[in-house]
Amino acid sequence: MGGSRAAGERLPGTWFRGRWLPWLLLAPQLLVIAVFFLWPTLRALRDAFYQGDAFGLSEEFVGLRHFAHTLGSAEYGHALLLTLAYALLTSALSLAGGFALAVAVEGLRSGRTLFRTLFLWPYALAPAISAALWVFLFRPQVGLGAGLLEHAGVHWNPALQAGQAQALVLATTVWQLLAYNFLFYGAALQSLPPSLLEAAALDGARGWRRVRDVIWPLLAPTTLFLVVTDLSFVLFDTFGLIDVLTQGGPDHATETLVYKLYEDAFRNFDQGAAAVQSLLLMLLVTGLGVLQLRLQRRRVPA
Amino acid sequence: MKRQWLRRSGLLLLALLLALPLYAALIAASHAPQDLLGRLPWLPGNRLLHNLRTVLGTGLPGSPSVLRMLGNSLVMALGIALGKLTLATLSAYAVVYFRFPLRRTAFVLILSSLMLPLEVRFYPTFQVSAGLHLLNSYGVLIVPLIASATATFLLRQFFASMPPSLLDAARMDGAGPLQFFLHSALPLARTPLAALFVLEFVYGWNQYLWPLLTTTDARYATVVMGMQGLINAGTSFALPRWDLVMTTALLALLPPLLVLLLAQRWFIRGLTDIEK
Repeated sequence: MGGSRAAGERLPGTWFRGRWLPWLLLAPQLLVIAVFFLWPTLRALRDAFYQGDAFGLSEEFVGLRHFAHTLGSAEYGHALLLTLAYALLTSALSLAGGFALAVAVEGLRSGRTLFRTLFLWPYALAPAISAALWVFLFRPQVGLGAGLLEHAGVHWNPALQAGQAQALVLATTVWQLLAYNFLFYGAALQSLPPSLLEAAALDGARGWRRVRDVIWPLLAPTTLFLVVTDLSFVLFDTFGLIDVLTQGGPDHATETLVYKLYEDAFRNFDQGAAAVQSLLLMLLVTGLGVLQLRLQRRRVPA
Repeated sequence: MKRQWLRRSGLLLLALLLALPLYAALIAASHAPQDLLGRLPWLPGNRLLHNLRTVLGTGLPGSPSVLRMLGNSLVMALGIALGKLTLATLSAYAVVYFRFPLRRTAFVLILSSLMLPLEVRFYPTFQVSAGLHLLNSYGVLIVPLIASATATFLLRQFFASMPPSLLDAARMDGAGPLQFFLHSALPLARTPLAALFVLEFVYGWNQYLWPLLTTTDARYATVVMGMQGLINAGTSFALPRWDLVMTTALLALLPPLLVLLLAQRWFIRGLTDIEK
């Protein structure tokens, strides 16, 4: 944001003056933000400290009881650790994969457009629809992938085996995220001078060294951006994927923080716990945002 | 060069491997259900049109009409994409081309909504929407999702990078703020707007959790959120209807895929424009 400021400031004479017109232009968006963003946020802040009765007729202030209950529960700790491991692992894998693919494709002398399309398309899919494809692919006795695993002697049953369910969720997520990372690394590579890309076109140790020493550092801003967007995708946007693949099971083995919040809010109707978990998620995502700003400031001395 | 061919073959192999989930879906969608019981056939069958007609006509037994779900998804995706672009363009224009008290505050407020995406505040947002009696309507599928910090920020960058001489020239011709907006700013913003449209259409079409929470009435179900129910319905028979389930999955992934592929070239250009 630092660099844009100079471009944004104009000479005083070149601005439109107006009292109500700019507010009229801003009004629709500000209204939506007030009703569906500020109000819910304040509501979660309040609800986290109150306990309603079973009929929703009265409420009492309970201080930090909901926080203590949630943070002290083994299930929340489990979901937190699971979510962090899941986010870090999938982000790292798809970041590395997306970068490698983008360098390989953009270094081609011809056929780049075709390969861009061939690796980009999963980006357009809803995580829930990706999951539906993978459900079929790895359905025991029916799916192609399941058949291969069974053929290799694996007792494939992700509905019962925690590790297998986790592997399935992991693979589907990486598959989806790979396209996203490929897209942004590809766009960043295309904006570099073509002479630099020729370095990436070399094979063998020499090309690899140039990629590592020249291209990778140049793409650091893209990497920073992608680390944060990947993490927040995995942390917050994978509900549909998990809901279709495993419903958080078996026995909570694939229950992420968002999934647990959904369960507590809409299956267990625990309003206090849901409000506290919403607040904790908001803190987590704010932390990610702050991290991103910090990293960007350090990189770009503007 | 030999090495280029080697790399190309490797990439092609990888691309085919990554396309396997889609290929398996296509195989299933083009066969009869009993063909899918044993090992999956290697090649597509000839029942794709038949399955498409079944899915779009009668749908899956015991589930809402797939055609209706597709229509709802389209309404939601278009509503969100157009709504986001409209709101973001107006806001960005206001903060770049006007000077008024609290201008920065308004902009920061809009940007701050980026900090907390719907996925982390879905529960209180659901409560507020329920309190306003908005559940089970097209409005609730669209309106809570049309604030866009990203689009506002990127369009502000774009407007701010337009040369000030443009505004001076327009003023010389006697253009007011609305004429300048309609005749200069908006046409020039075509490429970033198109890229953002692709982004937001895909975003809107692919929503899962929000429609799941806010539409208990099957008349408003979207196809993406309905997928889970369709899989359960399709596999609850003695003969699982993977043919119909996968046909529906293909229909559900086609619109955002088409939008992306048709727009791919200037989508990437728009992204690089924006990144600069």
